[in-house]
Amino acid sequence: MMDWQAFTLTLRLAAVTTAILLAIAIPLAAVLVLGRGRWLAVLEAVATLPLVLPPTVLGFFLLVLLGPRTAFGRGIAALLGHPLAFSFAGLVVGSVIYSLPFAVQPLVAGFAAVDSSLLDAARLLGAGPSRVVFTVLIPLARRSLMAAAVLSFLHTVGEFGVVLMLGGDIPGATRTLSILLYNQVENFDYAAADRTAAVLLAFSLVALVAIYLGGRMRGRRHA
Amino acid sequence: MLEFALDTRRGAFHLNVQCRFAADWTVIFGPSGAGKSTLLRLLAGLDRPDRGEISLDERELTDTRRRIHVRPGHRLTALVAQQPALFPHLSVKANVAYGLAGLERSSRNARAEEMLELVDATSLAGRRPRDLSGGEAQRIALARALARLPRLLLLDEPFSALDGTASDALIRRLQEWLREHTIQTVMVTHDATDAYATGAEVALLREGRVAAMGPVETALSAERLRIVQRLGGT
Repeated sequence: MMDWQAFTLTLRLAAVTTAILLAIAIPLAAVLVLGRGRWLAVLEAVATLPLVLPPTVLGFFLLVLLGPRTAFGRGIAALLGHPLAFSFAGLVVGSVIYSLPFAVQPLVAGFAAVDSSLLDAARLLGAGPSRVVFTVLIPLARRSLMAAAVLSFLHTVGEFGVVLMLGGDIPGATRTLSILLYNQVENFDYAAADRTAAVLLAFSLVALVAIYLGGRMRGRRHA
Repeated sequence: MLEFALDTRRGAFHLNVQCRFAADWTVIFGPSGAGKSTLLRLLAGLDRPDRGEISLDERELTDTRRRIHVRPGHRLTALVAQQPALFPHLSVKANVAYGLAGLERSSRNARAEEMLELVDATSLAGRRPRDLSGGEAQRIALARALARLPRLLLLDEPFSALDGTASDALIRRLQEWLREHTIQTVMVTHDATDAYATGAEVALLREGRVAAMGPVETALSAERLRIVQRLGGT
């Protein structure tokens, strides 16, 4: 029997995280591509850090930061009426940070590939930075935007270390499919683990095939 | 009136020019690598000089000493480069209307249609840039730049993909329209016939310096001699 609660929670977490990530990653990638200055190297390094940091380390830092031991954590708890750790909102924060490079990197690559003469043309025609992003960069880097959204979504669906450290295993609040799978294996319930793993695998495979298929069809249309 | 004194380095290349252009149409003539495109990018505000000033009708556009740099798009200056740089995801008409975001839709449409008519491209309005020839794309880029009614039009070999007859006809029609709308034009070219075709004031640019300036016959007398000799004349 499939645990639909864990399934819908995972999808909800991935959808909310992806929406927030795109809202952050689009302007961040635009600044990294269009901006000038050495500080951008620091910004890019910080945005890439979650890619190389072990998820448990990231989860631990967030757990400490959002917990009652720091003024920040206490402030957030006072504001929300409950601590951010071990809650769905806490998982969203952790997921956004953990999956940030998966949204930023494809967008940076896509934006950087747009012909700079088009950006010059837009600027000469009076477009400010946000109009350049929304009317030139995004339409011409649609594939990268799609890739950023799908990778962020799938990466969130499959995350484990951050979720476990920051959210624990609370049914309906923080128990995602990957946590469920871990529990099932720990309880030697391999039949249920098979089903959960198959859902995660199929989900990722179908989404990736859709991306590559879309890319190939688009490439053929432009050939 | 366009005035500038600019001093800037791009790697090993050093541009150091000081000019005052009062004529309606001025040609900057020079061989490849003389600094023509670099100069136009500085005038358009796309790049900043190491040192110098640019003013248009006594309005300061760039002044490095006083840290003034009016952004491109706010300098009443349009630039048409050799590469048309049309937005590939927009129709021809949407390209021409791109710079008219501040106008109402009806005015925007009317202006875009007027510009397409000026460059004899009304029939291309619904096409995508990928369906245009090189010459058509250059004409659309020109229409797009003029749609904002700039005070200064910078042309960087914008007719290179047009054949001689089409280019001369377009330049004649364009000159008349620009005069009507009091738009000053600076065109760079490495083709002396373009300079003669417009009968303009000419600045001869060599290795980042203005080597000669004046009416086309005077400024390009040596160039004319070279062309005549090349054609086998005396």
